[in-house]
Amino acid sequence: MKPILQVRDLITRFYSVDGVVHAINGVTFDLYASETLAVVGESGSGKSVTMMSLVGLIPMPPGKVEGGQALLEKGDGHLDLLSLSDDQLRHVRGGQIGFIFQDPISSLNPTMTIGQQIAESMTEHLGLSQAEARSSTIKLLRNVGIPDAEKRYNAYPHHFSGGMRQRVMIAIAVACEPKIVIADEPTTALDVTVQAQIVDLVKRLQDQMGMAVAWITHDLGVVAGIADRVLVMYGGTVVESARVDDLYEDPHHPYTIGLLKAIPRLDESGNDETEKLTSIEGTPPDLYQELTLCPFAPRCDYVFDRCWQQLPPLIQVDDQHSAACFYDVKRGEPRDDIE
Amino acid sequence: MTTAAPPVDFDQFEEQTWKTRLAYVTRLLLRDRGGTLGFILFILIVLTALLAPVVSPQDPLEQNLRAAKQPPAWEEGGSWEQPLGTDTLGRDMLSRIIYGTRVSLTVGFFGVLIAGTLGMVAGLTAGYLGGRVDSVIMGVVNVFLAIPYLVFVVVVAAILGRNLINVILIFGITDSPIFARVTRGEVLRIRESGYVESATSAGAGTARILFDHILPNLIGPLITLATFEMSAMIFYEAGLSFLGLSVPPSIPSWGNMLQVGRQYLTIYPWIATWPGVAIAITALSFNLLGDWLRDVLDPRLRRSRN
Repeated sequence: MKPILQVRDLITRFYSVDGVVHAINGVTFDLYASETLAVVGESGSGKSVTMMSLVGLIPMPPGKVEGGQALLEKGDGHLDLLSLSDDQLRHVRGGQIGFIFQDPISSLNPTMTIGQQIAESMTEHLGLSQAEARSSTIKLLRNVGIPDAEKRYNAYPHHFSGGMRQRVMIAIAVACEPKIVIADEPTTALDVTVQAQIVDLVKRLQDQMGMAVAWITHDLGVVAGIADRVLVMYGGTVVESARVDDLYEDPHHPYTIGLLKAIPRLDESGNDETEKLTSIEGTPPDLYQELTLCPFAPRCDYVFDRCWQQLPPLIQVDDQHSAACFYDVKRGEPRDDIE
Repeated sequence: MTTAAPPVDFDQFEEQTWKTRLAYVTRLLLRDRGGTLGFILFILIVLTALLAPVVSPQDPLEQNLRAAKQPPAWEEGGSWEQPLGTDTLGRDMLSRIIYGTRVSLTVGFFGVLIAGTLGMVAGLTAGYLGGRVDSVIMGVVNVFLAIPYLVFVVVVAAILGRNLINVILIFGITDSPIFARVTRGEVLRIRESGYVESATSAGAGTARILFDHILPNLIGPLITLATFEMSAMIFYEAGLSFLGLSVPPSIPSWGNMLQVGRQYLTIYPWIATWPGVAIAITALSFNLLGDWLRDVLDPRLRRSRN
């Protein structure tokens, strides 16, 4: 399979008054056509900033993308998103890469009708006339599960519930049938029953349109249900990347192992009623410092002297499975194959 | 967690013509008693100003020294020919009050129009472009706010002479910093809002962000501010007239009348009372209207009232 988006050594920093925030420190990953890639990690691990950096959505200044490549497949060749002008990027956003945000309540303009907000990007990117955009929008509204679409075209956001608004947001994201949709915790602000509907909706649209979805989340429960592959982020780096089954069954990075131990599981709690959920001690790394050692070292159970001296590179540990750790947790000893 | 939206009758969106919009706004207006009162007074005041020659019983400039200082009709010595009495030169108070509406409203309306336009352009530019442009524009605005307003008016009036256009220009310029500040603040807030972020992520360009997303969300707070500023300008104009710095005495204005009346306050109290009442009612109506507009034009407040 050929990746449609290849991100290499992405570096993003924020020059704030208090100092330089090293938000993204060399992130590398691939996104394949029509797959779902879950990007997981705690707050501040760089999940969103990574995706925002690709299409110029981080506020600049203070933010600055300082290195790396983001090759978007285009025809036979590639387009490096990080070297595009603002105007070129504008056409990538919405046209080729769609976004779904976390909070559907504040993501819709209260003074524009639902329909106008969806039709806007169709006239912008597909060059449709107002009338064409209108009929496509109504079709799309129906497709995202909004009944009575003709009438609701003229409704305003405050007439809609949170779940309905998120459907509208999804409609905006897929309006131009982009190749990639980046879903930034789209279910966090919704209640559980609605979450499931939204997840199903995105899956269905993905099957229909054949787009790749990068699903940013901190909910590993959601990940298991939807993802093909998982990218685990920590301290602005990718610490582990694997197919979803491999990650759950055979995690290699101590951080991933810690995360998985912290999930309550119905199927395993029966044996031992006194079993407690574990948590990962300590706090996330201070990103005001440049990363010169493993960001997870202070919280790691397997830490040894090398971890304090060098930033571990992401190395392949299995087929389509890589981790950034000097320690081989399977064999119980430090790796000797890392330069 | 999200709260479920109240059941909505989607038929009301089927066609959004000016008729349905008007019906909607009327419903909102009638629900607010203060707003209704303010609106009715506002309409009456505007009609009075527009139809002054038709509704005023006499020529406001016609002097009649034999009928000077005549009290209102219901008091001893009053006559229904001059229902609100006459001033020291025997001019009909009612007619002068009616014509005075014109000066006040003209100053309020055009003053706010100029101040609002200048302030909005400045605030929008500063807020949207940010950085150095923002620093320069807001620097100028702060300098303007630091000039003692009365001194400025006295100087300008002395140089350019006393007439209505100068008063309007002075008000328009001195009041524009307030509009600039409010606009800039709103633009900064809207620029960081989720919907601008999502529009940007959907590929909207600068023009679209400005005209579809920022401006419509800016209009509400600015209209509200404009109403309050209009009432403030009517106050200021009366104050200036009172000091003899606004329109010349030959033009009937509430401030001029107040100034004349002040000297006779203890003997002929009605001369100062009527312009005072007119100023108070006008300011009240604008403020009531402004309060209502603030509620109506903010979609969040509107929803909670529904």
